[in-house]
Amino acid sequence: MLKIENLHVSVEDKPILKGISLTVKPGEVHAIMGPNGSGKSTLSHILAGRDGYRVTSGSVSYHGQDLLAMAPEQRAREGVFLAFQYPVEIPGVSNIYLLKAALNAIRKHRGLNELDAMDFLTMIKSKVKLVEMDEQFLYRAVNEGFSGGEKKRNEILQMAVLEPHLCILDETDSGLDIDALKIVSDGVNSLRAPDRFFILVTHYQRLLDHIKPDFVHVLAHGRIVKSGGPELALDLESRGYGWIDQASLEARP
Amino acid sequence: MNAYLQLFDEIAPQLPGSHRPLMQFARGAALARFSAEGFPSPREEEWRYTNISPIEKKLFKPAPAVAAATELNGAVDELLERFGLADTDRVVLVNGHFSAALSRLDAIPEPLFVESVGHLLHSDPERVESLINHNLDRNAHGLIGYNGAFFNDGVLIDVPAGYRAERPLQILHIATRPDTALVSRNLIQLGENSHLQMIECYLGPEGVGYLTAAVTEAAVGEQARLDYYRLQQESDKAYHFNGLYVRQDAGARFTHHNVDFGGLLARAEIHTELGEGAECQLTGLFLGRGRQHVDNHTLIQHRAPHGTSSENYRGVLADRARGVFQGRIVVHPKAQKTQADMSNRNLLLSDDAEVDTKPQLEILADDVKCSHGVTVGQLDAESVFYLQSRGVDEESARNMLTFAFANEMVEKIELPALKDLVQAQLLDRFPQSGIRRDWL
Repeated sequence: MLKIENLHVSVEDKPILKGISLTVKPGEVHAIMGPNGSGKSTLSHILAGRDGYRVTSGSVSYHGQDLLAMAPEQRAREGVFLAFQYPVEIPGVSNIYLLKAALNAIRKHRGLNELDAMDFLTMIKSKVKLVEMDEQFLYRAVNEGFSGGEKKRNEILQMAVLEPHLCILDETDSGLDIDALKIVSDGVNSLRAPDRFFILVTHYQRLLDHIKPDFVHVLAHGRIVKSGGPELALDLESRGYGWIDQASLEARP
Repeated sequence: MNAYLQLFDEIAPQLPGSHRPLMQFARGAALARFSAEGFPSPREEEWRYTNISPIEKKLFKPAPAVAAATELNGAVDELLERFGLADTDRVVLVNGHFSAALSRLDAIPEPLFVESVGHLLHSDPERVESLINHNLDRNAHGLIGYNGAFFNDGVLIDVPAGYRAERPLQILHIATRPDTALVSRNLIQLGENSHLQMIECYLGPEGVGYLTAAVTEAAVGEQARLDYYRLQQESDKAYHFNGLYVRQDAGARFTHHNVDFGGLLARAEIHTELGEGAECQLTGLFLGRGRQHVDNHTLIQHRAPHGTSSENYRGVLADRARGVFQGRIVVHPKAQKTQADMSNRNLLLSDDAEVDTKPQLEILADDVKCSHGVTVGQLDAESVFYLQSRGVDEESARNMLTFAFANEMVEKIELPALKDLVQAQLLDRFPQSGIRRDWL
């Protein structure tokens, strides 16, 4: 379970998140929607442990532990996974090398043995099929020269291999054409499980046509200004974010 | 300097070729150059970032030839064991002297000709005289002068026209004696349309201080191809200078991979002149740690039309190490339709590490395509975070990225056995955490 309580976060003394509270339970899918600059990406970054943010108050507990006190790699080993909005290109490190390094770091943390080469390859190949990637991609440098869609599929591949508990998808739908969106969504849907929970950060509703959320939260000016079921996303789609801005201004103390 | 002049007077009669008027003249001219210029200093533009005054403080006498096999200590065997590659023809020079015992000349197939320069100056001096000093600039600096005056051996390689060597030729320069100089002059000639792959290694046992001052001249004939790999893994106390001066005739292709890992103070010069339609590729990786100083100086001269050159160097500097890259490309007025690109990227792993990089394009023709780019930086924080977010600890992430940066250059080595050897050297140089060789 993930429990965010009254979280305030600043970047260079500028408040970005101004009191976020959110509880995500195993099996649930939560969508966080909002206009540009609302703090959506900050929320996903702070959960994954990126540098450059200052928590001024509030807390995040993950499976009862203080998530904010953990190094990024510690969070990953405990089952937190962030699918990046802009996956990083890493020349010289092959995809399969990174997958091995990551999987073994996580397995070691869980007290499991390293997978032997054969088992690893068998497992990887089945996951590659899941995101409809060519096996050649395993031997290419991480994300180097990949198209936007290939990068996003690669994120989902990593997610499928690492089998995290908390999956945060940061604008995974941005820059995807319809086919890629479907592949990515199918990949995510196949990973839905009773002990796994998702936070989908997105600007547009279209991702939610493919991945049906249990809850939708609207973020504006660093606050959750509205929460509801999937119908809220449709509402946003037809009415835009303008009325939300108004609502959040009115809600401001 | 007087000590060197006196030394020359003493040993000149024993130097090979001393009975030949042409060689006497050549050595005299080189000595005059050395005497006038002295050792190069940072006052010279081409030596601006490299101060070799520690070399000046000592008198480096050319090492004598090893008298007997018993004089060879275990260090030579050990270095041969580590660096000698299987499936190659082999030439070994110990302390700058050709070693018949350690070389495998018998196995070298006819008509490839490989012989000691020292022996040839007795048995067939014209062969040496027809090649020596042909590719050197008249205004060569003092270290080349020192080499020209004092060289006491070297290897001559002659690849006849049309001959394509089946196996790579490995030349191992091994130092054993402290406080001496290894002064070899090596001569390479490739006839028209021939092909040779060479691997040259400069090696010495750790802890032993000496000076390598080696000069190689290479003439690559029309449509011939020379693939040249250089691995500099001198001892941690060694001073190293190695100049390679190449002339490429029309359509000749020259590829050079420079792996510059060793030495306390090391300077490599790779200079080439391209004839019409000639092509050259210079690739380099230099690593520095501790107080190492590693300098790479390259000069590509396009003298005729339709030449292509491509240069790609990377440096990784840790601790208080200092790296230098000076890359100069000159496109002469006649060299229309030249294509040239140059890239130098450097990674600094500590606040005290330093790199000086100076790309220079001098374009005197108007119809050319040239580009260059240099970067100096630290590891990309975003990449480190990306790896951490996948469960890799920060230290391992940094090691992986550093290794990857360097290994991309190693991956360009086309000889698998050499690639493995260099990769092993590379892994030895960096913290291992996060890097698994069996996963590569």
